[in-house]
Amino acid sequence: MFNLLHRLSSPPSFFAFAGRALPWLLGGALLLIAAGCYQGLVVAPADYQQGDSYRIMFVHVPSAWMSLFIYMVMAAAGAIALVWRIKLAEVIASASAPIGASFTFLTLVTGALWGKPMWGAWWVWDARLTSELILLFLYLGYMGLESAIPDKRSAARATAILALVGSVNIPIIHFSVEWWNTLHQGATVTKLGAPSIHPSMLLPLLLMAVGFKLFYFANLLVRARCQMLEREQRSHWVSTLIKEAA
Amino acid sequence: MLIANAIVTRDLTLALRRRSRVLQPLIFTLICVSLFPLALGAEVNLMKRIAPGVFWVIALLSTQLTLENLFQSDYEDGSLEQWLLAPYSLPLLIATKVLAHWLISALPLILMAPLIGVLLGMSAPIIYALMLTLLLGTPVLSLVGAIGAALTVTQRRGGVLLSLLVLPLYIPVLIFATTALEQAAAGLSYAPHLYLLGALATLALTLAPFAAAAALRIALE
Repeated sequence: MFNLLHRLSSPPSFFAFAGRALPWLLGGALLLIAAGCYQGLVVAPADYQQGDSYRIMFVHVPSAWMSLFIYMVMAAAGAIALVWRIKLAEVIASASAPIGASFTFLTLVTGALWGKPMWGAWWVWDARLTSELILLFLYLGYMGLESAIPDKRSAARATAILALVGSVNIPIIHFSVEWWNTLHQGATVTKLGAPSIHPSMLLPLLLMAVGFKLFYFANLLVRARCQMLEREQRSHWVSTLIKEAA
Repeated sequence: MLIANAIVTRDLTLALRRRSRVLQPLIFTLICVSLFPLALGAEVNLMKRIAPGVFWVIALLSTQLTLENLFQSDYEDGSLEQWLLAPYSLPLLIATKVLAHWLISALPLILMAPLIGVLLGMSAPIIYALMLTLLLGTPVLSLVGAIGAALTVTQRRGGVLLSLLVLPLYIPVLIFATTALEQAAAGLSYAPHLYLLGALATLALTLAPFAAAAALRIALE
């Protein structure tokens, strides 16, 4: 198992493996997202309180999950890159950042669009909204630091430390913001529907969640392959690859 | 211990020789504080309500201004590289450096708090609470800031990037400190918030020097 992972983490075999896995991931993502959209927009019944506007949840909630998941991937890949200096981990962390930032942004935008009809305001200083906004700042800081360091490898190690510091801080930030929120205004707006969700709404939600995850992996592989080629442009396997393609 | 003493003495001497560097953040704080009544109107009740928050936000900003200098001059004159080679633990050296930074930049701010408190119309118990929150909160700012300063030490003009990295991490301190002051203003016990600030300070003191040390090693590689 470890051997297999070790072989896979070498740039040429990762490049080849990612190329083979890509169509499957992308196809699966599109299929699941299409099915989720159909189930969510057509089959699932309208909410008895929120009408049809709750349906944005099928984009909002999975992308909120993804925004946290991707930060965890970045922190884990960063730790691996720091300890074992594996190039693949560096590439994965760096390629994940823009995707994670996009998902965070998407969460904020869909949240605002959902909030307008439900709460009557585009933005409320609610605990979860605020934490999500801070998460976006963390992503932006990560990308800012990465772009400020010209050498890719030391940029990867510096950003890995930042991601680890951030991952220690995220629970603290979340807890403090939640607490601040309850002290300031009370949890009056936070109740989003009933806590138990009807199966007809849960199915599209899960379909979308898995679809988004596959989409992330597919997107990650495209970016990682591209970065790998750029970083390894002077190596032998890249030049043979180019010769074969030509 | 000897080396820690030497670092603190050296940094304090340097700060005394270049007093403007110490004074300027304080003047910045004073100017910023006086901007708020001008912008919002000096109505007494409004001032009372927003004063703790205003002061804490400005404290974050002025700490952040001084962070850039934390490792910069040592990096430029090459003493930082000697640190990496020195037979002492790097996290310990960094912790001392942060202590010196705190003495130079945060302690004057804490001592100046009564003056600013009076300017913003705070009552004596609130000023006392403000100083307590500053005493527990500013070490966290210096320690967490050291990580950011270490990450950006090789950047020519890393100030803006530094604030981008560090300010989001300051949010818990801001929240706990201002909530404590709000409780104090309402006449309630604010001890729990002070405990939380103390917990943050302990956590930062135990983890941040190691993170900053790793960041410095990478930056100077």
